[in-house]
Amino acid sequence: MSTFENKNRRSLLDPQIMRRASVDALLKLNPKSMMKNPVMFVVEVGSVLTTVMLLRDSLRHQGHFGFDLQITLWLWFTVLFANFAEAMAEGRGKAQADALRRAKSETTAYRIGKNGLEEIPSSQLRAGDVVRVVAGQMIPGDGDVIEGVASVDESAITGESAPVIREAGGDRSSVTGGTRVLSDVITIRITSNPGETFIDRMIALVEGAERQKTPNEIALNILLAGLTIIFLLAVVTLQPFAIYSGAPQTAFVLISLLVCLIPTTIGGLLSAIGIAGMDRLVQHNVLATSGRAVEAAGDVNTLLLDKTGTITMGNRQASEFVPAPGVSSDQLADAAQLSSLPDETPEGRSIVVLAKERYGLRGREFAELNAQFIPFSATTRMSGLDMDGRSIRKGAVDAIAAYLVELGSSLPAEVRAAVDVIARSGGTPLVVAENGHALGVIHLKDVVKGGMKERFAQLRAMGIRTVMITGDNPLTAAAIAREAGLDDFLAEAKPKDKMDLIRREQAEGKLVAMTGDGTNDAPALAQADVGVAMNSGTQAAKEAGNMVDLDSDPTKLIEIVAIGKQLLMTRGALTTFSISNDVAKYFAIIPAMFAGVFPVLNALNVMHLHSPESAILSAVIFNALIIIALIPLALRGVSYKAMSAAALLQKNLLVYGLGGIIVPFIGIKAIDIIITAIHLA
Amino acid sequence: MTTNGWLQIALYFLVLLALTKPMGSYLTLVFDRRRTWLDPVLNPIERVVYRLTGIDADEEMRWTQYLAAMLIFSAATLLLTYIVERAQAVLPFNPQHLPGVEPWLAWNTAVSFTTNTNWQAYTPETTMSYFTQMFGLATHNFWSAAVGLALAVAFIRGISRREMKTLGSFWVDMTRGILWVLAPISIVFALALVSQGVVQNLRSYDTAKVVEAQKSTTTGADGKSSTTIISTQTIAQGPVASQEAIKMLGTNGGGFFNANSAHPFENPTPFSNFLQMLSIFLIPAGLTVMLGQMTSSPKHGWAVFAAMAILWFGGVAACYWAESHATPVLAATSSQVSPLQSGGNMEGKETRFGIANSTLFATITTDASCGAVNAMHDSFTPLGGMIPMVNILLGEIVFGGVGAGMYGMLIFVIVAVFIAGLMVGRTPEYLGKKIEAYDIQMAMLYLLIFPLIIKGFTAIAVLAPTFGLSSLTNHGPHGLSEILYAYTSATGNNGSAFAGLNANTHWYNASLGVAMFAGRFLMLIPMLAIAGNLAAKKSVPATAGTFPVTTPLFTTLLTGVILIVGALTFFPVLSLGPVLEHLLMRAGQSF
Repeated sequence: MSTFENKNRRSLLDPQIMRRASVDALLKLNPKSMMKNPVMFVVEVGSVLTTVMLLRDSLRHQGHFGFDLQITLWLWFTVLFANFAEAMAEGRGKAQADALRRAKSETTAYRIGKNGLEEIPSSQLRAGDVVRVVAGQMIPGDGDVIEGVASVDESAITGESAPVIREAGGDRSSVTGGTRVLSDVITIRITSNPGETFIDRMIALVEGAERQKTPNEIALNILLAGLTIIFLLAVVTLQPFAIYSGAPQTAFVLISLLVCLIPTTIGGLLSAIGIAGMDRLVQHNVLATSGRAVEAAGDVNTLLLDKTGTITMGNRQASEFVPAPGVSSDQLADAAQLSSLPDETPEGRSIVVLAKERYGLRGREFAELNAQFIPFSATTRMSGLDMDGRSIRKGAVDAIAAYLVELGSSLPAEVRAAVDVIARSGGTPLVVAENGHALGVIHLKDVVKGGMKERFAQLRAMGIRTVMITGDNPLTAAAIAREAGLDDFLAEAKPKDKMDLIRREQAEGKLVAMTGDGTNDAPALAQADVGVAMNSGTQAAKEAGNMVDLDSDPTKLIEIVAIGKQLLMTRGALTTFSISNDVAKYFAIIPAMFAGVFPVLNALNVMHLHSPESAILSAVIFNALIIIALIPLALRGVSYKAMSAAALLQKNLLVYGLGGIIVPFIGIKAIDIIITAIHLA
Repeated sequence: MTTNGWLQIALYFLVLLALTKPMGSYLTLVFDRRRTWLDPVLNPIERVVYRLTGIDADEEMRWTQYLAAMLIFSAATLLLTYIVERAQAVLPFNPQHLPGVEPWLAWNTAVSFTTNTNWQAYTPETTMSYFTQMFGLATHNFWSAAVGLALAVAFIRGISRREMKTLGSFWVDMTRGILWVLAPISIVFALALVSQGVVQNLRSYDTAKVVEAQKSTTTGADGKSSTTIISTQTIAQGPVASQEAIKMLGTNGGGFFNANSAHPFENPTPFSNFLQMLSIFLIPAGLTVMLGQMTSSPKHGWAVFAAMAILWFGGVAACYWAESHATPVLAATSSQVSPLQSGGNMEGKETRFGIANSTLFATITTDASCGAVNAMHDSFTPLGGMIPMVNILLGEIVFGGVGAGMYGMLIFVIVAVFIAGLMVGRTPEYLGKKIEAYDIQMAMLYLLIFPLIIKGFTAIAVLAPTFGLSSLTNHGPHGLSEILYAYTSATGNNGSAFAGLNANTHWYNASLGVAMFAGRFLMLIPMLAIAGNLAAKKSVPATAGTFPVTTPLFTTLLTGVILIVGALTFFPVLSLGPVLEHLLMRAGQSF
């Protein structure tokens, strides 16, 4: 599973990050950057206005200096707290970017030129250059291994200290600049120019420098801006009504009311939530090229999962021996084990293990047996060994049948029947023969990874359909799909079939997510709404997808979906909370504004706040402090468990809707008691 | 509050509930252009209408074309009505020889009837001839209702259609709305009203001798007082029943007489009163079922119906409760007041309707954009009078005006679904349509225009002693309520009035005219823009991850969003108006 415990993971409230965020919060007061956030910009404009008026009034010795000063200070705090939240969210990314920058430091590259090896600084490498890297050296740039095999330490980007194997050809050929070769020598073709490397992209991503607002964030921003205008209207027109009623208000009070009403809680935390969402992905060792992709992950309807490596262990394992008539199980197990001793494939090893566990046959050392190994070849399609006059072969049924015929024997009908039974159940039969006689069948089975069934059930509860992609025949595919609890499967899938399936789903309006690592996955990765490429995969796959999983763990898709959902939910929950808060603020401020002229309006002072000044101040202080109080929630995201949308909504409405109405009544009252006690109002 | 009163309210709801499904199913058939049992009679008429007007019934319109057709139609009919009003002196059916209507008032009235507001800044029986009433005003009752109906149908099509650019044909929707829905029901309804004693004639006004002559003493400008003896009274007549039917059914609300549905010739019996209340909600309630049927999600229609029913009941209960208590000032001064007032506040109410039916009528007429009244809202207790005002301020989406209530409600549905969608971690979807930035932008614009007009004009009026406050007869918080109610009623296209404000001045005629105009046409633009945008979208299949819009939870959320948005927008001004008045009244001060 994912590497939760890697070194990228930092404490939510790391003191170092907090120090840096405090400074950044001040820098962010620059109106140019504030303007991107209409809600908080209104608060900043309000703060500037009250500051100017405060100075004017203090020169003229007018107004209630103590009260006006406190209001002004708390308005500034409101802006600063929101900036601090954003800076906190960015802080973790920045810390990570610093670490990456160190990995990026200049190294020497050994380019293979016309005149042999040339020593050049890595920053002068261009796409297409070919370099050679020996053990102990830093890989100078992103590229594909074109010759050799080496173990590479990729901890600089993945945080995982165990080395990985990178080799020419196949799907494990890509290497990343800034990682270190631990053994052997490889030749690499560089695929990116300086400044466009994977690490550069990663730095930009974790720093949030390239952060663009996502579609839902834009829509929410519009909603919040609309609400801000509605409240601005309510406050601006309140003054004429107040004048008509004979109770005109000071600008300090009106601005306080405005700031309390506009959705500052969500407005102040909105960008922090977005940054933290991306950061959570990074904590899971997934890099997304855009926030849009993260949001799309929350909307996914269909998940395409490769069978091998994702749903099953990736290799078949022996599960039983079915002897031919007249052959004992022990005999078959003995022959099967012998033939598999030198077979280093996972299948071969699983046969040895099964014989040992089920039939008590101890594994023997092949070297001590004085036997000759007959390796698998494309022509015979069998493997086995010859020793002491025993000639044991195992292979697919038609290969063994042909082999028996050659020796003047034939495959017994019972064995053929056993083969059919195994094939129908989704397994792979391997027939074992000794000296021209079939001994029986080994049942090789795809083993479904533990816990997958539960995870697919969770996905179903979230309304996501899972489809398994496999090259197996439909029979095998159906059996595995059933065992793993998948909704559907695509058998005998060729790359084009995968593509067609994605297009078909998308035509129905569904969003599709998939993982892939090979070059032939690239078109499908590009077509899918969420395409997660494995870091171990080819450069082509990594460029086609919109996310890269540094752990190369295909089941990560499930976490990615949850992170996408959590991101939206956090926004929705805090929006609801923010708007619900206004009820209590009205009950604090409106009576405070007018009870002086109309004492009967004290009936609306349901919190029994001490005085008009303390009431207004308490509401403003609550409004500022709630931003700070909710920073951890914004960074962590609201808790998410897989359940139906209806159940989720009910829960969130209760917690954030009803809670949002009740909490401020308690909070404002508590602040009122405190500031009254210490004579601030 | 009496058991009898509650039973009448319950009976009303049960009958409405029983009629909702048949009405809605019929509306679906009409606007899907499917077969109905009226086709043999109406199909030939429809064909003639299209042939005469040169309309191609199969031509579909984009939202912009739909809007343009609707605006052109409204502008033309508005102008026509203005001309009729101004020229009524030379037109027929004017037995009282009423002069042409003064320009400001004519503008105000033409706008008022075109926008389905039916705000009346005049006394009809002394201002409008029969010809103006029938040709200039009653026709608008059909047209403006049919326009609203057409717009709601277009909006629902926007939701139900997939990857299409068009919303249907405005001309066809409007024609079918009149021929199949408004006209046949009005005819039956008018006859039912006549059976209850509503008049229908073209006679000149009757003069009757009063039983006991009255003395009236007035002080002239010269300071001398003169006494007149009143021994006769004029009893106005007219083609009332035909206009009354569509006035209620089309949620128009413009009375034939000044006293509106409190007048015995308009609304003579408790049964006619019951029918009138029923006819206000009949089409709007049916539209919820049509919404469900057209979007292939019948339960969604009922979920919306339920939200409306809850808000309706809350209003009735609060209003009935408030009016069932005598004002404390009266209760304190005389021990005989309370029993005489049937245990509550009977000021401004008709004895033949009583408190239950007066408050029920007041709630219904403001839930919808009807604005007909059978009691004087100005005379309600402060909290009782706040209910009709709040109903309008919420946007008249509790069943609402014909069509207008439905599309207003759907704007709230979109906002509710957006918030709900985020809370369940998905890009919000409404019946398969993704709700995106553009939709939210337009929905917020719709929600913004409404308070902007109301509070903007009210703020100007309360600061202007010369043209704003001079029309007031009451001051203090009640005066604020009166001005606020006028702009609320105009912007909400309701048309009911808190009396006590002389609205027939240049300022009020002009500004209320603008408010009515903007409250209808300005708000339509973002609404139709959303419809057009939704129609063009792909439909996403619903899964367990989609927030269902068919459940009680949805109804709760929708109701909550409406109340919170409404409360947050209008709490400050209401607390200085009716709430303050109520608290002062409890303290013994009245206005």
